[in-house]
Amino acid sequence: MGPVLAGVLQLLALIAALALAYVPLGNYMAKVYSSDKHWRVEKWIYKGIGADPDTEMRWTAYLRGVLAFSAVGVLFLYLLQRLQGVLPGSLGFKSIDPDQAFNTAVSFVTNTNWQSYYGEQAMGHVAQTAGLAVQNFVSAAVGIAVAVALVRGFARSRTGELGNFWADLVRGVVRILVPIAAIAAVVLVACGALQNFSGIHEVGQFMGGQQQWNGGAVASQEAIKELGTNGGGYFNANSAHPFENPTPFSNLFEIFLILVIPFALTRTFGLMVGSVKQGYAILATMATIWVGFVALMMWTEFSHHGPAFDIAGGAYEGKEVRFGVGASSIFATSTTLTSTGAVDSFHSSFTGLGGGITMLGMMLGEIAPGGTGSGLYGMLIMAIIAVFIAGLMVGRTPEYLGKKIGSREIKLAACYILITPALVLVFTAAAMALPTPGNSMTNSGAHGFSEILYAYTSASNNNGSAFAGLNADTQWFNTTLGLCMLLGRFLPMIFVLALAGSLAEQKPVPETAGTLRTEKPLFTGLLVGAILIITGLTYFPALALGPLAEGLAS
Amino acid sequence: MTTDVEKQDPMSTPTLAPHQDAPTGHKTPEGRVGGGLFDPKQLLKSLPDAFRKLDPRVMVKSPVMFVVLVGSVLTTVFSFTDPGDWFGWTISVWLWLTVIFANLAEAVAEGRGKAQADTLRKAKTDTVARKVDGTVVAGTELSIGDLVVCEAGDVIPGDGDVVEGVASVDESAITGESAPVIRESGGDRSAVTGGTKVLSDRIVIKITTKPGETFIDRMINLVEGAARQKTPNEIALNILLASLTIVFLLACATLPPLADYAGTHLTMIVLIALLVCLIPTTIGALLSAIGIAGMDRLVQRNVLAMSGRAVEAAGDVSTLLLDKTGTITLGNRQAAEFMPVDGVTGAEVADAAQLSSLADETPEGRSVVVLAKERYGLRERELSGAEWIAFTAQTRMSGVDVDGRRIRKGAAGSVIAWVRERGGTVADDADRIANRISEAGGTPLLVALEDAEGARILGVIHLKDVVKEGMRERFEELRRMGIKTVMITGDNPLTAKAIADEAGVDDFLAEATPEDKMALIKREQAGGKLVAMTGDGTNDAPALAQADVGVAMNTGTSAAKEAGNMVDLDSNPTKLIEIVEIGKQLLITRGALTTFSIANDVAKYFAIIPALFAAVYPGLDKLNVMGLSSPDSAILSAVIFNALIIIALVPLSLKGVQYRPVSADRMLRRNLTIYGLGGLIAPFIGIKLIDLLISLIPGIG
Repeated sequence: MGPVLAGVLQLLALIAALALAYVPLGNYMAKVYSSDKHWRVEKWIYKGIGADPDTEMRWTAYLRGVLAFSAVGVLFLYLLQRLQGVLPGSLGFKSIDPDQAFNTAVSFVTNTNWQSYYGEQAMGHVAQTAGLAVQNFVSAAVGIAVAVALVRGFARSRTGELGNFWADLVRGVVRILVPIAAIAAVVLVACGALQNFSGIHEVGQFMGGQQQWNGGAVASQEAIKELGTNGGGYFNANSAHPFENPTPFSNLFEIFLILVIPFALTRTFGLMVGSVKQGYAILATMATIWVGFVALMMWTEFSHHGPAFDIAGGAYEGKEVRFGVGASSIFATSTTLTSTGAVDSFHSSFTGLGGGITMLGMMLGEIAPGGTGSGLYGMLIMAIIAVFIAGLMVGRTPEYLGKKIGSREIKLAACYILITPALVLVFTAAAMALPTPGNSMTNSGAHGFSEILYAYTSASNNNGSAFAGLNADTQWFNTTLGLCMLLGRFLPMIFVLALAGSLAEQKPVPETAGTLRTEKPLFTGLLVGAILIITGLTYFPALALGPLAEGLAS
Repeated sequence: MTTDVEKQDPMSTPTLAPHQDAPTGHKTPEGRVGGGLFDPKQLLKSLPDAFRKLDPRVMVKSPVMFVVLVGSVLTTVFSFTDPGDWFGWTISVWLWLTVIFANLAEAVAEGRGKAQADTLRKAKTDTVARKVDGTVVAGTELSIGDLVVCEAGDVIPGDGDVVEGVASVDESAITGESAPVIRESGGDRSAVTGGTKVLSDRIVIKITTKPGETFIDRMINLVEGAARQKTPNEIALNILLASLTIVFLLACATLPPLADYAGTHLTMIVLIALLVCLIPTTIGALLSAIGIAGMDRLVQRNVLAMSGRAVEAAGDVSTLLLDKTGTITLGNRQAAEFMPVDGVTGAEVADAAQLSSLADETPEGRSVVVLAKERYGLRERELSGAEWIAFTAQTRMSGVDVDGRRIRKGAAGSVIAWVRERGGTVADDADRIANRISEAGGTPLLVALEDAEGARILGVIHLKDVVKEGMRERFEELRRMGIKTVMITGDNPLTAKAIADEAGVDDFLAEATPEDKMALIKREQAGGKLVAMTGDGTNDAPALAQADVGVAMNTGTSAAKEAGNMVDLDSNPTKLIEIVEIGKQLLITRGALTTFSIANDVAKYFAIIPALFAAVYPGLDKLNVMGLSSPDSAILSAVIFNALIIIALVPLSLKGVQYRPVSADRMLRRNLTIYGLGGLIAPFIGIKLIDLLISLIPGIG
């Protein structure tokens, strides 16, 4: 079996597994967010945090919940790192510096999981497990909660109420993320991933010299790292590390975990707005872009020519031999089209165009299928923009899912799509214009520029993967990337929730033969086009100077 | 849409009165005010206005074009710093042209309304008002509540209601219709408009509007676009365009440090050129022209929309309330059949009916004569010594006494009573036939004769409402567009149902009172539907105000005109359907040009990016898929295309995108193909062609 065929077969197996999980998981999540019963453990939690899970919240209250909870998360995580040196169970690691602690705290609370530290050399068991892993769960649940609030905005009428943030948050963790992550962790352990609290081992290398290995609750963190589209590795090598991702099967399983919730949420969305077909249309849009990107990635990585590539059977540099070019391509595309940012290969070492594909995936706003929750709401924002432009062409005031898209809705959606391009472009340009940030580049020329462009793209879109090569542990990068992550996560959430509130207050417009049919393939095609043109073209000049200049050079 | 309708409905009658000239409404007669046609001469004529609009205070209202204006100023300034640079100058010129073209589009759209406004102004000559107390004041000094007298030859000094008398009035100044109309006190025809002329008789008018706010003043403001406010959808679109402009502004503004790192320096001129190419200038330039032209299309159909919001709402309407009479059916009932009682032939009934109707000038009477001729070849005759009995509300009969024959036709009860009174016999089946006609939704008219053989019933004339030609097809189209039609009638449910079935409307409201109408509108609106209706009476006013689109007939009362958000000067209720289509066309044109504008960006990137960076990264020359001859020519071609496409699309924006009543799905597919796909491909071809031309100029290619 050739490597191309192997890659394609893995892709097909992955699609089959995702298809199998789609309906049951989607239905289950819809039930979770529609049920009015509380589990006993949830009641304990509500009592513990003093929240009333049954009060309906308007968008402002919902937003206050999101922001307050996240602010507490950042503060807690910051202190945990700053105090690591005096906490037990820290493997003797020092406290983290303020700028890096800020960066890391923001990074994990925003579901970005950008890491400017080396996991195995900086974070002890407590920080990893009680700090980072906890945020892996709750930051993902916050994302889903915001998405569910937006969906409720579409589904509800003549009310400003969007549900209860605390209930959505707790249920997301207790009923969805924890159970699936628990099963996934067991599977990963079965594959050979590490799960212990052992200390640091000095190991001799084959070629001489010493190497440090430390254990930890790796498999459990790995499971939620993928499932919650977080991406922060226990080890610096992330999912390329054999303790995190030991076998080709575990690799494929991790890709499955990355994609399963974002895709299935479209089913949840369809059920909650009362038309699974609308969910399929969004699913089709996400799937079209994802499959297209994977195919492009495989093509660039397999077809790249040169003596070394031809002998290896593809662009093998920076990829794990045990996964191969095909599976690495699927992983790289999936991790950048979601807000995951876990890597099983080094994106910097991909071909020029391949690196460009990973960047473009993030630049589209990580909506195909995107992060847990954030993918769905990002895609729905784009659907609103597409409906607005194309909907006019059927001769009616644009409407989506029975809600009119007026100036208030467009204003909020337009603000949403402005944020990440502004963050990425302004900070990238600033880094290029200032004298010092450029010193962090490992490479020169177009590739060096790609390192910086990638970093800001990754942070602003809450992806978290790095292009490798960039020394990001400087005050400049820790601070600016931290700001990008913070603003790139919470500003859009403000607009999404405001939009949800505005939609929920509307009365529904009945569907007639004159209504734009948003569940048809035509609309899916239109949406894909709008995403590629509107979001993609914003970055064309920047991409041309980085990956395109490099990729088209040969 | 065709007017030669096949006869597929057994109930419809082939007999149409010869004087049937009521328009079916949907067909704009040829040769009407342009119908949205575009005359290139208008471009030249509007050029001075286009320059006048360069005022930044005006330009800032269109964020996209304002950015281009600032860009033009900047490139010009930079060109002065380097006067030898032909490239900078050429770019500056084309950027200025881009702005001018945009202003030109708006000026042309406004110019068409100006001509109409001038005509209206002529009607607003200085009038003198004679008050009832005998004082004479200038028309401009009237106040609300004043009573003024107008006699034949007087120009009515202000808007008001006739409170005394009846007069024929020439309203051609407003409607363009030369036939005079009757205005009388009381009832639904009491409103008069300032500037119109009394042709006969004397009326007393109570002034209802302040001078300067009269109908004609408002009309002038409307057609001139002075009162134009941005509509909700236009505002929303402007927001989206502004945000796209900001995105591309960021993309361009952040480029210099990136380019410097790459080893090439971008001049401001090049950056501004790139920016102007990327921001959605096409739609930004044409947006206001589209809006003005949409209002103008209504004006050309003699409809005045009081706000652009109403025009937009018309496109969203999902329920149309249509009055039966005049909209769905011809104004009057027509004779459809002569039905003899036993022992009498149809010809005898026709003969008697025709005789009795010869002097009857009502449409019903005329239709009897026409039917008799068509069915039985009975010609109109001159009768000497005939005594005509006119219809009165008391007798409810009309007829003729001639040559010893007394013929009567009229309501069943009255005619039967008349026959009995004369000791005649009433045929057994007369009542039955009459009932059958009633049940079928028609009106029975009994015909009786008294001659030497005594008084007797001859038969029954079946009068029925005649549905206008082509209405069924019209309603089918509306259904395809997702619009429900509801027929409103004062008829009983039986009659209403028969006509509703024949006309093919979706629903009907029988024995409708103004309260019923109001309730129906509120019910539809509660379901999220937008409702459109027409009305003319004072009792229609609340419903007109409640409806999302309320079209008042110009013949109606001032209360109705005040309540509605549109006025139809032709007073043709069928026009509601056209209004909906114009509303849709307005939105479609906006969407189509926005899509086109955004899709254009792809090609422009492929022209400009390789031109900027292929020198430092030769690989990027692969993106030069158009094979443009030189970097300068590539950038220039993109800028020139960007400017020319605005002028090229001016006719489309004024005329509106072609609209066909099909389902949303088909419409989207069609428009996406033309304006989406077309918008992707067209600039590749256009830029290449311009580049070919430019490369012929020595020193550039």
